[in-house]
Formats: sequence, structure tokens, C-alpha cells
Amino acid sequence: MSRLATPQETVERALAASRADGCAVLVEELSQAEVRFANNTTTTNGVRRDRRVAVVSFRLVPGSGPGAAAVGAGPTAVGVASASGEVDVEELVRASEAEAALADPAEDAAPLVTPGEGPGSGDGSPRGGGTGPGDARDAGFDDEPVLTGASVLSGVVSGLADAFGRARSSGDLLSGFATHGVASTYLGTSTGLRRRHAQPAGTFELVARSADGARSVWSGAGTASFDDVDVHAFEEQVRRRLAWARHQVELPAGRYEVLLPPDATADLMVSLSEAMSGRDAEEGRSPFTAPGGGTRIGERLCELPFGLRGDPAEPGLESAPFLATAASGTDVSVFDNGLPVGVTDWIEGGHLRRLRYHRAGAGRAGVPPSPPVGNLVLSLPGAAATLDELVAGTERGLLLTCLWYIREVDPVTLLLTGLTRDGVYLVEHGEVVGAVNNFRFNESPLDVLARTVEAGRTERALSREWGEWMNRTAMPALRVADFNMSSVSPAT
Amino acid sequence: MASPHPGSGGLGELSGLPLQAVREAALGRAAALGCSHAEVRVERIRSQFVALRDGHVETTVDDTEIGVGLRVVRRGSIGFAATVDVHADAAARLADDAVQLADDTSVALGTKVSLADEPRHVEVQWSSPYGVDPTTVPLADKVALLEDWSRRLLAAPSVDHVAARVLAVVEDKHYADLSGTVTTQRRVRIYPLVEAVGVDGASGTFESMRTLAPPVGRGWEYTSGAGWDWDAELDELPSLLAEKMAAPSVQAGTYDLVIDPSNLWLTIHESVGHATELDRALGYEAAYAGTSFATFDQLGSLRYGSPVMHVVGDRTTPHGLASVGYDDEGVAAQSFDIVRDGVLVGYQLDRRMAAENGFDRSNGCAFADSPLHVPIQRMANVSLQPAPGPGPSTEDLISGMGRGIYIVGDKSWSIDMQRYNFQFTGQRFYRVEGGRLVGQVKDVAYQAQTTEFWGSLEAVGGESTYVLGGAFNCGKGQPGQVAPVSHGCPPALLRAIRVLNAREEAAR
Repeated sequence: MSRLATPQETVERALAASRADGCAVLVEELSQAEVRFANNTTTTNGVRRDRRVAVVSFRLVPGSGPGAAAVGAGPTAVGVASASGEVDVEELVRASEAEAALADPAEDAAPLVTPGEGPGSGDGSPRGGGTGPGDARDAGFDDEPVLTGASVLSGVVSGLADAFGRARSSGDLLSGFATHGVASTYLGTSTGLRRRHAQPAGTFELVARSADGARSVWSGAGTASFDDVDVHAFEEQVRRRLAWARHQVELPAGRYEVLLPPDATADLMVSLSEAMSGRDAEEGRSPFTAPGGGTRIGERLCELPFGLRGDPAEPGLESAPFLATAASGTDVSVFDNGLPVGVTDWIEGGHLRRLRYHRAGAGRAGVPPSPPVGNLVLSLPGAAATLDELVAGTERGLLLTCLWYIREVDPVTLLLTGLTRDGVYLVEHGEVVGAVNNFRFNESPLDVLARTVEAGRTERALSREWGEWMNRTAMPALRVADFNMSSVSPAT
Repeated sequence: MASPHPGSGGLGELSGLPLQAVREAALGRAAALGCSHAEVRVERIRSQFVALRDGHVETTVDDTEIGVGLRVVRRGSIGFAATVDVHADAAARLADDAVQLADDTSVALGTKVSLADEPRHVEVQWSSPYGVDPTTVPLADKVALLEDWSRRLLAAPSVDHVAARVLAVVEDKHYADLSGTVTTQRRVRIYPLVEAVGVDGASGTFESMRTLAPPVGRGWEYTSGAGWDWDAELDELPSLLAEKMAAPSVQAGTYDLVIDPSNLWLTIHESVGHATELDRALGYEAAYAGTSFATFDQLGSLRYGSPVMHVVGDRTTPHGLASVGYDDEGVAAQSFDIVRDGVLVGYQLDRRMAAENGFDRSNGCAFADSPLHVPIQRMANVSLQPAPGPGPSTEDLISGMGRGIYIVGDKSWSIDMQRYNFQFTGQRFYRVEGGRLVGQVKDVAYQAQTTEFWGSLEAVGGESTYVLGGAFNCGKGQPGQVAPVSHGCPPALLRAIRVLNAREEAAR
């Protein structure tokens, strides 16, 4: 990539080339490595380098307000253009300006973020090493992109070679995926912000199937570095569960007490958090709409005092402490680029506290802006039990592993459908007594929280369904009453 | 095979890139390093997306992705490397990186990879048929069209909110491999969509209804009537939404169904398309997309559905989203039977699956969604064939079921990891009594097991009822890849299918 300009040079060249009333430039450098495997053999192994450049041009629309307002304070139009690789910066800037020239004033217009502006959310005090308000230029802005490569996965590959040998001996088939990537984002704005964040994201997943396909189990984890990934430990975990599955129990559809492990809780909570659009709720088209109008902010959603939050400084789940986006959406705005992101309590003490809002929408609604946060943490104060302890305290119930193919059925109730996958176990008198067939469920995550009777400690979790998109979650195991298993799935 | 659009032939938007130098550097280096196979793709993918909410622009994206990807097979091990740096020296380094990766991971290689042979295709060009490159249409024109559509719907009393959007993609791809095949292709596709929302503020509920116009392999001309009557569809949307909001909730139970092509395409996609991918059936997607009930040992014997069922896979259908001239392993596009007379007779293949399982040749189903992603087996256009000749009309099928439900438009979908158990909703549902539509019901979800569902297929519509549906966003693989794919089908009559009431499912 030596031919390409550095990310910092690209940011400065674009800002210098800009003739617009305001400009934001995003450069993302991505390096990734992966090993995929199935049927006890590696199948595809890849490395890649990507670079994406986006230019956002802002144009004050004259004649619709008194005086010369600042960009975003008065009617402002936006144009965005993006490209990968060896980008002609001048061309990209002109393309975004041409789009802004023809665009109407944007509904999400807000004054561009300036150095010293406080967090868009939370209590205004980013924890840990995050850069606080007041800094125009991140200390690390001049640092080179963080790179990763196949060597990060070398321990995994040798671990897999051993595991494949054992699987061949025992007649099982191992499949899975190991990936590690780092995205280094550089943001510069015409208001003087220079911000940088390097986001590592890794995943390891292991599936073991009996040769006849009758038994199948999964174990997976998110990781920042792969230092904490021990293939043998995952192998032990799946072998334990394959052994549980030697005794098979057929159960019909119906409502069951279930134990959701943290990974399965993550499957449902990521879906819940996606539905937390402030504007959708205001417009009457959300499960967070109050009957008669308005939103359900402040309403108690569940008896147990659950907290659902995002925090860029969450230990082990660190994410970008500022907003960087090349596209506006319902609750996210290109005008908010560089906005500090702080602790955001979406649900606190079982009450709905926040919905997602960009600054313009928040201003209209009279609530604080709440940009998306790059992690999600569900916790119940005081809960400390492990999943094994929850199992030990179960008279009769189903222990799940993860959920799959989750889709919204009814947006009014946030009813979701999906499948149990790779491990449903019958628990009786505190012990796993066998494996059960899979089910299709129909449930709303809001109802799941409301019907949860016990939760465990919060620990790092990987959503099987959404983990590629939301890698950083920490969740408790949940004991949920009357979970709706709508029909049996013969799939394994 | 080649059908270059006037003015779009040649290298198109790739012409500014050093294609020959890149491919020679990558393949030359790969050959020198002892690779038995190497293929290189240089691609430029232009994507434009505009979304309006209640007539105001909410999102615009105008993106150009350029890159080069190289896959090698060396001593039976696969390595892939890719970069956005499209130059000969960088391409040569890709060969080093890919070979290094193939070597480093070979310690965990249990089954050596080989690829089925394919005739050499020398310097061939292909373009999908289109009129106007949608990425050349100014953003302002796109916004103006969506504003007009939005205003027309917002003027109706039943409509409280409108979402209107269009996604257009132009994919230029240059492929070369060690066997001497060199292809250059352009694919153009577009997906306009409008959704109207009605809110019942007092009860805190709402309903939506969207256009049924499918995504297609066409240009901007699609928005002005080529292949779809937008005016007619937009005109009827408000009254259809109003009727849905006032409709009674369905009584859960067992019903005969007539399923419109606008809904059935997705059921075909999920329960036939994915289930007959051979890599899935053999366990190569066990950790992610899943496996298949349609296991390889049942080829030629599995009773998939009733004798009415005839399903064809193809990469040749005009305007089909999976249609190509040559796939991403250099295999020429083909058409092949998957289910014939209700029996499983074929799978979708790539060169690796073909070689591993005794097929002489791949049927051309390899695809990578980005120059930075490795090609994997992806879905052909998988289509249910209509009854020969005029056959039954939709009305004929409805009149044949007595009491039942007629389902139109797709919405929610979910199916298990072996493609047995599925559940689908739709855009609108009509109760049928005495063989006649008697008004909409709502909250319908139908749930079935794949072979029972297709076994209950009693009749399909004739050739004039056949519609090509599809999606831009079929997901598969790790890292995840997104593929566009079309599915054609007639309406179908199915007996005794379980229908759930979605609102009751949530009640507790």
C-alpha cells in the first residue's frame, strides 16, 4: 500500500481541496485475515487490505434565513461520495460537492461538531483512555493504521490440525471460522477535528457434528486479539456437549422454561437494540410507541431491574469514542461526525431510558442525542450466577445454545421468529439429561425480558446471528418462563 | 451468449485500469510459485443508494469499490489475497501472500482441493441487457422520482408515512486464470421500493404495505415502465393499505393456500435454492449457513414435492440477478434441472464441488460479491416452472380451493439450518370462500416443513402467470457475502398448510 497516500495525507488533501461551506473526510484502513474450515479440513484462507475514503460536503442554502448561519445551524444541503483504493481525492471532493449543489436542505442538519463539544450521550464523562471533550486532535491521529495478518491465526491453525486428528479418530466432523481484522478510522472536519480510532474485531467459532449428522454443537467467542483463544478449550466444550447429546429426547412444541446462555441472550438483545429508533417510536411505528402517541421513554419494561447499555470504554469491548459515518440514516447523521460517544443507558433499572437519536432529531424531540454505540451490555445488578449454577437450580427446563435465522414477524410487538440451533438440552432436577430436538420460536425480546425470572452474571458473549455485525456484547444467561416454541424443527 | 449493450461494450469502466499488467503479474507469479490453479479478478463496483422518508432525503450513498483478488491452489491448499491497490507489483505480491497462506494452513488440510475442468474461454465479453446505466442518472433525478412517488402516496388519507428508496449497482469484472480463460463482464441491476405505513394512534398499532416490484437486472428504464407498471401499483397501494388496516385478524388453523409469485419466489429461494447447494449438502457450510436435508445420497431418489414440481437452476435468464456470461471460476453460464417430476435430480455446483463428487464439469455457480472476497458456490436463478401452455390463471387456482387464503408479496422469512422448517409472512392476505376472494385478513404467517409443503403442491399457473422475483441480499459464507439472485415462478395452489396468527403468537 506504499503507493497510496497515508490516511492523514488523504484527510488533509481532501479538506484542502474542499470548496464547500463545510466538509468531513473519513478514511478507513482495514486489514483482515481468516481461516475457514469444515469436514476436518481448512477450506478457504484469506487476507485482504482495504481502504475506503468518504467525503461529506455541506452547502449552506441561501435565502431561507437571516444572516449567514453556520453550517448546519441554518438550512444545509449535503453530498456524499465514497471510493476505495487509490482514490483521486480531488475528484471525490468534487463529486460530493456536485451532489450537495443539487440537494435540498437536509432534515438532519445540525452545526458541525467542534472541538470541545461534549458527548452526544451519557453523563459526559468518557471512562478509561477515551479522549474527552476539548481536544481537537486525538493524540494518536498521526499514528499509522494498525495492521493484522495471517500470523495472528497461526496458533489457531496448529490447534485445528491437532483437533482435526482427534475428530477423525472419534468419527466427528469439525467446522468453523477464525477471523481477525483491524479497522483504523481517521476523521477530519473543516471545524478542526482530527480523530482516529483503531477497532480490532475477531471471532472464533467451532461446530462439531457426529458423522451421521444427528448431533451438532457450537461454541463461539468474540475476541480483540486471539491471545485469549485456546482451540483446545473450545474443543473440550463441544465434546462435553456432544456427549450430552448421546441421549436424545423428543419433545413437542409448546411453552417451556428455558435457560438462554449469554450467546443466545445476545441474539435477542441485539435485535432489541436495533429496534430502538427514536423517530420510529415518535411516528407510531415501533414497539416503543406509547398508545395514544409519544414514546415509551420512562416506562418500566420489565420487573427485574435490567440495565442495557453501550459504553465505548467497556473493558474488553472497547469501541469508537466518537461517531464516524459516511451515510445518514433515520437516527444517525453525517452532521454528527466526530461527536463524542459516551456511556448510554438504553434501559436502566428495567425502565426505558433512551432511544437512538441524532442531534437534529433529539433537538426536535427535546431529548439528549443518542448515537449508536459499538457495543452492547445487558446486566442485572447483583446477579452473579454462572450458567452451570442456573442449570443446577433448574427443576425442569430447556438449556439452549444459540438462536438462528432470526427475523421480525410483527414490528408492533417486536415479535421475532427463529430457530434453536446446535444444542437444546433437557434439564431435570439440576442436571442435563439429554439432547432435545430443535424448535422454531416466536417471541419478542421485550416479552423475554418481562418473563425473565432469573439472570446470571454478565460475561462476554457472541451472537451467532448478528456477531459479524455486532461483535462486542456482554450478556447474562437468562431463565425465561413460558418461552414460545411454536413448532418442532427436525434440523440438526 | 454475448449481448453487449450498445455503448457499454469493451472494458467499460475498467478501461482506466492496468488489467493486462495486473493479471499477468498475479498469474505469472502464481505459476512461478508452483500453483496448480490461480484466478485473478479485477473489479469495479459502483453502488448508488437513495432513501427518502416522507418525501425528504434521508440517506444517499454513491460508492465506487475497486480492487483485485487472487485465489490460488497449491499442493491442494487454497490461499486467497486481495487488495485495493490495483497495480502489477501489488498483484504479484498477492501471489506471494496467497501462496504463503496456502502453505501456512496446509498443516490443517485434511482434503486436498481440486477443481473440475472447464473449457478455455479466450478474451470473451458479456453484458447484461439494459437500457440506461442507472449510475449515470443524476442523484437529483433519482430524488425527484422518489419525491413524486412519495407525494402521491402521502396524499392518501390512509397513508401516514412513506419510505421510498432505490439501490442501483453496476458491476464491472475482469477475470483471468492460469488455463488461459479471460472474461470481461458488466452486470447492471436496480431495486426501487416504496412502502406506505398507516398508524392507528389510539391503539398504538400500525400496518405497512410495499410495492411488489422485484429487483431486476435492468437499467434506469425499469423506473419508467420497462418491465413493471409503477403507476398502477402506486395507485392501488393506499386503498390496499386501508383495507388491510380495517381487516380482521386471521383465525389460526389449517388452510389451502394460493401463493402469488410475489411471495412464492422467496419460499423457493429458501426451501429449494439453498437446500440444493451441494457445498451445503456436503457440510461445507455447517458452521454458518447450515447443511441440507437434501443429502447427496438422495440425488435421483428424494421425493421433494408433488409431480407438478419442476425446478430449474440457470444463470442465463434475461434480467435475472444471478445471470452472467461466465462465473467467477471462468465457467460458462448454464441451465440445469434441480427437481423434475417432484424428484431431486440436480445440485448447484462450483468447480471444487464438481471435482470432489464425480461431476465432469461445474454448472457455473461460483460468485464473489467483491474483489476482496473469495469466490464460493452461490445460488443460480432457481425457478419453479409454470404449467405448459396457457395453463391455469390465478383466478382458476383460487376458484379451485373453496376455502383458503391467497397470499401476495413477501415480508418476513425464516428457515432452519437444514431447510426443513420455515415460516413466512406477506404483504397482504385475502380470505377465500367458495372459490372467491372475500376481503383481506391480517397477521398471517404460514409455517411448514419443506417436503410436506411441496408435496401438497396441487397445481401451478400457466406460462402467462410466471413472474421473475428476487433479492439483492442473499447471505452466505464467512466472511459474509451478499449475492443478488432471481427466482421465477407461477402462482401455486397448496393444500392444508398451517397458518398462525402472528399477534396471538406474541400474546402472553
